[in-house]
Amino acid sequence: MIPRSRRRLFGLYVIALAMLVALGGRLWYLQVLDTSQYKALAAVNQTRTVVVPAVRGMITDDTGQPLVTNQASLTVSVNMMDLSQTTTDDGSAVLKRLAPLLHMSDKTLSEKVRLCTKGVSQPCWTGSPYQPIPVAENVSDKVALQIMEEPTQFPGVTAQVQPVVDYPMPDGANPAQVLGYLQPITQAEMAQDHIPETGFAQDDLVGQSGLEAQYNAELTGKPGTQIVSVNAAGDVLGTVGGTPAQTGDTLITSLNSKVQAVVQTALNDAVARSRAEGNSADQGAAIVETTTGRIVAMASYPDYNPNVWTNGISQSEVNYLFGLGGDSGSGEPAYNWATQGQYAPGSTFKVTSTAAAVADGYSLYGLYNCPASVNIDGHTFINDGNPSEGDMTLQEALIQSCDTVYYELGYDMYQTDDPAANSVLSAHAPTQKMQQMELDWGFGNYTGIDLPEESTGTIPTRQWLYYMWEDNAHKGQDWCKNGNANGSYVQQIEYDDCQDGWVWEPGQAAIAAIGQGYITVTPLQLTNAYTALANGGTLYAPKIGEALVSASGKLVQKINPTVTRHLPVSSTTLAYIRNALQGVVTQGTAAGAFAGFPLNQVCVAGKTGTAQIEGAVATSVFASFAPCSNPKLVVVVMVPDSGYGADVAAPAVRQIWDGIFGLEGHKAALPGGNLPAIPTLKAAKK
Amino acid sequence: MTVGLPSRGWAGPRTGTFAPRSRSALARAFAKGGIARSWDWPLILVATGLSVLGAILVWAATEPQLRAAGINPHYYLEKAAIWAFGGLILMFVVACIDYRRIRRWTPWLYGLSLLLLLAVLAHGQSVNGAKAWIALPGGFQVEPSEFAKLGLVLSVAWLLSRRQLADGRPQLRDVALAVLAAAPLILLVEREPALGVMFVLLVMLAGMIVVSGIRLYWVLGLTAAVTGGVYAVAKLHLLKGYQLTRLTSFLHPEQNIAGVGYNALQAKIAVASGGMHGQGLFHGTFTGGNFVPSVQTDFIFTVAGEELGFVGCAVIVALLSFVVFRAIRAAQIADDMFGLLVAAGIAIWFGFQTFVNVGMTIGIMPITGLPLPFISYGGSAIFADMIAIGLLQSVRRHHSLFGEQASRTEPTRVAGRDGVATVRSRW
Repeated sequence: MIPRSRRRLFGLYVIALAMLVALGGRLWYLQVLDTSQYKALAAVNQTRTVVVPAVRGMITDDTGQPLVTNQASLTVSVNMMDLSQTTTDDGSAVLKRLAPLLHMSDKTLSEKVRLCTKGVSQPCWTGSPYQPIPVAENVSDKVALQIMEEPTQFPGVTAQVQPVVDYPMPDGANPAQVLGYLQPITQAEMAQDHIPETGFAQDDLVGQSGLEAQYNAELTGKPGTQIVSVNAAGDVLGTVGGTPAQTGDTLITSLNSKVQAVVQTALNDAVARSRAEGNSADQGAAIVETTTGRIVAMASYPDYNPNVWTNGISQSEVNYLFGLGGDSGSGEPAYNWATQGQYAPGSTFKVTSTAAAVADGYSLYGLYNCPASVNIDGHTFINDGNPSEGDMTLQEALIQSCDTVYYELGYDMYQTDDPAANSVLSAHAPTQKMQQMELDWGFGNYTGIDLPEESTGTIPTRQWLYYMWEDNAHKGQDWCKNGNANGSYVQQIEYDDCQDGWVWEPGQAAIAAIGQGYITVTPLQLTNAYTALANGGTLYAPKIGEALVSASGKLVQKINPTVTRHLPVSSTTLAYIRNALQGVVTQGTAAGAFAGFPLNQVCVAGKTGTAQIEGAVATSVFASFAPCSNPKLVVVVMVPDSGYGADVAAPAVRQIWDGIFGLEGHKAALPGGNLPAIPTLKAAKK
Repeated sequence: MTVGLPSRGWAGPRTGTFAPRSRSALARAFAKGGIARSWDWPLILVATGLSVLGAILVWAATEPQLRAAGINPHYYLEKAAIWAFGGLILMFVVACIDYRRIRRWTPWLYGLSLLLLLAVLAHGQSVNGAKAWIALPGGFQVEPSEFAKLGLVLSVAWLLSRRQLADGRPQLRDVALAVLAAAPLILLVEREPALGVMFVLLVMLAGMIVVSGIRLYWVLGLTAAVTGGVYAVAKLHLLKGYQLTRLTSFLHPEQNIAGVGYNALQAKIAVASGGMHGQGLFHGTFTGGNFVPSVQTDFIFTVAGEELGFVGCAVIVALLSFVVFRAIRAAQIADDMFGLLVAAGIAIWFGFQTFVNVGMTIGIMPITGLPLPFISYGGSAIFADMIAIGLLQSVRRHHSLFGEQASRTEPTRVAGRDGVATVRSRW
């Protein structure tokens, strides 16, 4: 009995030995042969790389007063992923506890943390559901501590120091659309910019429009990293290493807050005046540019308080800003009408028409007839508001803004300008002489300003007409289907356009000469063209930024307006036109608006424009520069749907000149019209 | 020729040759046949060493968290030391009792372990979904499933060796009785549920039946039955879902990092990242960072792996193997079948439990809640382990010079009544 059992005990020996060998072999394999692989795995397991956000650089005006500041503030974020995993009700109880702590309603808070999926529009979270969603900035230390000390009460809720943006609005200057706004970076943007998706990066704010977007890379700074060791629960045990964050550069602009405030007031007053007359006037723009291509002020009506973008934005605010939903009458304040508005320039365009005519051989000193009306191609074109004035010089024609002189010039040039090319159906048809001059003055193209949003306006070249016809004859507006030779006025036009919409017709040439018809320009293009006129023919790509300065106060980069081209206009012609515009103010169409203006102190020259549009109130324009003999600044005001240029825009421009030079009881915002030198900024406090 | 004795011839043994040498009591105790000679000192030394090592590893495993939480960082060390010391005393006490006397107590000890298991089902504390603990006054807890192993070893050994049959094989009746006796223990442990302990009990039962001398084709039949049983369990969903995933996830821990595979993977990474020499005691980041769950109990080996490296792990595995070998050795020199089976059962217990516990931290065994003998923190486990060592000592110490002859004369008939009286008077 026992011997047999003892034999079988040897079997146990063998099994035990086999187990010992198996364990030893496996341990050798794991701990000696394969250990480096697992050491790497262990390191990944136990450290986290946290992105330390860089404080964004400021944007200042030309004297160094901040227009946008960025500070670090305590921000409360909610990680909905954690929340839904640790709670059974998708975190609604936690959010209910959190909302009163942050002084907001349950509804507001739940709107902030819902995800932007199909059918869910702003306000909502555009980022990944795996990322913490910032719900409140600038919370007090007390609230932050309360959240941090009770992780069981607030699972997935964190309070951390994060950058926050502020708009000090010095002197009341609020160039909201120029500055642009910041919003959390979207997933697509992160992927595009190769931003690591760890730590705080998802909460980084990026410029989404205006200067914030244009100079985003420079303003952002360089985020640092912090490598921390963590335990299994993700609690930070200590810092292992990393690199510090670098504060972004400060953008010094040539915007002058005092002038900006003056311009805003003048624009608002102009709109108010026009509305008092019963006009709609729901948009408008006013720009001040130096003759060296720097933007001193840029206002777009209506403006808005950019603080709506911070702390999360509500659906109704978004609707108002973008004219969405039922809020179509808001004037869409999010858009910068100074660069994005496209309006008919009206008679302010007569300067280019004059230049084109002179370039085409018409005498600068000849006499031109100004009848009450002219008949071109079977249509009667009248001299708006004026009877026959007889023969006059071009100077007089500009001063009186005689339309018929320019109709005839336009028609004459049309007749001599390669008539065969007008009816060729080709995308490569040559550009008409007058329209070429307009293009040369920078119209119909981007000015190259340092803003991401800019419109081109329209110059009806033969090429443009061809594409216009191609896009709308059988698609788009579908003229050939909707047109009717015997229908309404619009239907008749559509019928005609279908037949020969690509053909450059005499009537179009005539009306283009006074800045109407197809022609539209942006307020900035007009300002920039008048800058070239004023400075003797240099067309700039204007700039708002003056310099980028590092956080330590060191100049990083100077930003200078670049020369786009020199106008193909002789200096004699330009001087002649400038001289004429001086007469506009003293004895011409703007004489009334400038009655009593101390021209002996500051000589102002300018041109009115009243672009009439079928079925709408005219766009009121005034483009001017000063001083007359040695122009330093150009001021343009454009208000669509508001009335005569002399009634709405010209008084606004006068108000702006008053404010800049300190005339008529105003305080000088920019004495002598000279921009101050680039300010030196103190190193930012840590 | 010179014949005769040399002048300086042999004059008998030198004086003092036959005089009794004076030896110290200790030397006499360890001399051949001495009172201490019958003890297996290397086994005692190794078991004690493993307990000390265990206490140190428990300390290393718990110190960082306790310190971080602001609690006495030596809390677990102190308790582990107390358990180890208590276990050592228990071991000596048990070793001093003749295992044949213990054999007489077997039915009572079996009943006691059964009662404990019933008590835990009725009044047990639920920890992680398993009712494995009975709370005692004074903050102590008892884990009856640990003592169930002792109950099973003794009862099965007793039933298989009860009748001395001519051909030395237990008959089917004996085997059936052994299985019937073991079944309530196994089923009660399964109810807790303590899956790991249940497997240990099953393997012990099967191993002891095989060693008891049953015919080899019975062994084959048993193997077939076990295979069929495993198949039935898998097929008929007798295991709970979490039990099944826990049993199979060790094969691919990476696939299920967030769930069951997490423990397996973290444990594997912790052990493997230790390298040859480890990161040093108290310097393990996995241990300190609480990445491995139940690090002071079931996963204590990860601490050894991470902080002591291959060298430390190899020493621990070698020492535990030594215990197993000594247990088999004790079985081999046992006087009678009962002693042989007790020692063999203990050998299987330690061997299987060590293999499963170490194996689950290195990815070759499924995750089950089994402590590493002597090392893992836990009073009940240490006490049961040390009592088992005591039983081994007892089997070894009380083997007669006459071998089986002596054991044959053991009057098994009167065991019952005698035993009761003895138990009562000595308890």
